[in-house]
Amino acid sequence: MSRVLIKNGRVIDPATKLDAIGPVYIEDGKVVAVIQERADFKADEEIDAQDCVVSPGFVDLSVRLREPGYTRKGTIESETRAAVAGGVTSLCLPPDTHPVIDTPAVVEYVKDKAEMAAGAHVFPLAAMTQRLAGKQLSSMFTLKQAGCVAVSNADAFIDDLQVLRRAMEYADSHGLLMIFHPNESSLSLGGCAHEGVVASQYGLPGIPGAAETVAVAQCLELAELTGCRVHFSRLSCRGSVIKIQEAVKYGAKVTADVAMHQLLLTEEQMRPFDSSFHVLPPFRSEQDKEMLVQGLIDGTIHAVCSDHQPQDVDAKLGAFQETEPGISALETLLPLMLKFCEENDVSMTSGLAAITYQPADILGLNKGRLVAGADADICIFNAQYPWQINAQNWLSSGQNTPFWGDQMTGRVMRTLVQGRTVFELT
Amino acid sequence: MTAKLQLNSDGKIKHFLSIEGFSRAILTEILDAAESYSEMATISSKKVPLLRGKTISNLFFENSTRTRTTFELAATRLSADVLNINISTSATSKGESLLDTIRNLEAMHIDMFVVRHALSGAAQFIAENCAPNISVINAGDGRHAHPTQAMLDMFTIRQHKKKFAGLVVAIVGDILHSRVARSQIQALNILGVNEVRVIAPKTLLPVNVEKLGVVPYQDMQQGLEGVDVVMMLRLQRERMNSALLPSENEYFKCFGLTQEKLKFARPDAIVMHPGPINRGIEIESSVADGEQSVILQQVSNGVAIRMAIMALAMQSGG
Repeated sequence: MSRVLIKNGRVIDPATKLDAIGPVYIEDGKVVAVIQERADFKADEEIDAQDCVVSPGFVDLSVRLREPGYTRKGTIESETRAAVAGGVTSLCLPPDTHPVIDTPAVVEYVKDKAEMAAGAHVFPLAAMTQRLAGKQLSSMFTLKQAGCVAVSNADAFIDDLQVLRRAMEYADSHGLLMIFHPNESSLSLGGCAHEGVVASQYGLPGIPGAAETVAVAQCLELAELTGCRVHFSRLSCRGSVIKIQEAVKYGAKVTADVAMHQLLLTEEQMRPFDSSFHVLPPFRSEQDKEMLVQGLIDGTIHAVCSDHQPQDVDAKLGAFQETEPGISALETLLPLMLKFCEENDVSMTSGLAAITYQPADILGLNKGRLVAGADADICIFNAQYPWQINAQNWLSSGQNTPFWGDQMTGRVMRTLVQGRTVFELT
Repeated sequence: MTAKLQLNSDGKIKHFLSIEGFSRAILTEILDAAESYSEMATISSKKVPLLRGKTISNLFFENSTRTRTTFELAATRLSADVLNINISTSATSKGESLLDTIRNLEAMHIDMFVVRHALSGAAQFIAENCAPNISVINAGDGRHAHPTQAMLDMFTIRQHKKKFAGLVVAIVGDILHSRVARSQIQALNILGVNEVRVIAPKTLLPVNVEKLGVVPYQDMQQGLEGVDVVMMLRLQRERMNSALLPSENEYFKCFGLTQEKLKFARPDAIVMHPGPINRGIEIESSVADGEQSVILQQVSNGVAIRMAIMALAMQSGG
């Protein structure tokens, strides 16, 4: 099959701490050599990566594709194309589609569609409970066989802790990781913004930080009780980071991620009643943000996800409280990560680690690395490239982002999945 | 943000959505204008032709007899035509969106919307999305703001106390759910009172309330000590059915305004209430109807203030 040479690029592989200028050789969809020159290599295609970084393709732990069920907001095709335009080559699809991912048929549907779309790899998550109703366990083993990489109840609540406990025991019986979004319903229902200064001022029903930290604390206890491996999805609170830090110190098998936008924005930066800032968990206080940043730097938080949630125009038109939450975030993941690294004096290698091999390792996927033998899922980006977010250069069906119209620095120039170019900036 | 939206390029009022961001000069201009309309109300011919030919639509997504009536009266006295639309019982209950309702009314060439809505930010949303020639007046949105109510309260305070400097004002009751309190707090601070206090149990106070420019009290006696103005808030009955309060009796015992508790305030303190009053829950009848009460004056002042705000907003080229 085809042989590809990427030359002149600055090759960064966070897993091996490699950061050097040199070639990457690809054969039959696999990386065959990195940096070391191969004089005998006859390339069918040469890619000049001058002035660009050659990085493993990004691995995103939370991406709503909106299909099946909500195709007015996005489709597997539109959103996996947006993914590769943002450098994301592998993504996890939470099970809150319609129908829910609780039968092998839905898993098959998603996999088929993703294959046809030929964008990013899609890894579906299995619903923990049937229809995400929080009552009856799903057929986790069957779903695992069908191709689900972990179980999750997405943003749906499991109010009965006994059900959660049993689900965790059962998941662990089949070696499945639980991805848990911590949110205590009785404390958060009806809320639409962080219960803090800004919500108080504008009279928005609040969601206290305790809605998250209480759920983290409960889940940590159940993780210890059941032995189930837990990954906390999209943390937003200072207290959550502290609790996880403490638990890990005493040997808990838990990991965590944070949404990219939570590392950059707080309640103070929200434009009053602007629904593009309506996101769950909500933008919290400066102290919360600082702790999330610190947690990522000290390794309590292992991954950064986009938390991509495309919305149709109508879903965001209305009084703040009645609009649907979520940000279309795949295509801003890279520039925001670069901004984060600059603002917090974090090396590009460390920043890229949180969106490449670290999330891949959480799921046990052989992704996110640039070494001989790895899948040639590669993102080539120019870290200095200036661009403006607008309808002409945006691929996701959802234009719901608080950064709409903003000037960004850093752009994906080309993305390869298994050695094949699936996105190229024109 | 809101402030920018509310003023036109000449710095004149275009929309009146929230007190936030208005200068002391603009608030004083409103109070002064209201004063002239207030004098007019006592003469036999109460109408001025200021808004003749204009159509004002009262868009009430939430029921309110009192506020709607005073807006209607204010518009009529300015010679505008008034279209009352009670949406809680019509369009949106049929699934029509807020925006569709607005579009339909725009097509009827309305010049001003007076909006009441159960959700915070609804008035701003309408102002941002309606045709540029239309002015929007917020008649109460969710827990966010009720700026015309706050202005009529300021007007009433000025009538009795002449100036704002040096005053200590206490707001008592359900601050958490109150759009009136939020607007009052902003107006009092902009107009330069000495101190704004809020008195309520923690269940009825928003978090970080002190950041809004108030001093919180949980004890009525301490909170009322030496105040010049006592502003009571209405307690919604449904709050009793939740975990916010144990009983009407206990609430009255702690936070109900009685003759006895009023003695802690200054002897010349005035008592205010935005209405409608829950007698025996937040206020005793003898206080509500007593010498220090200015509750009914607030109602009369409501018409003058709304005339002033509507006239100013329409003059900015609406």
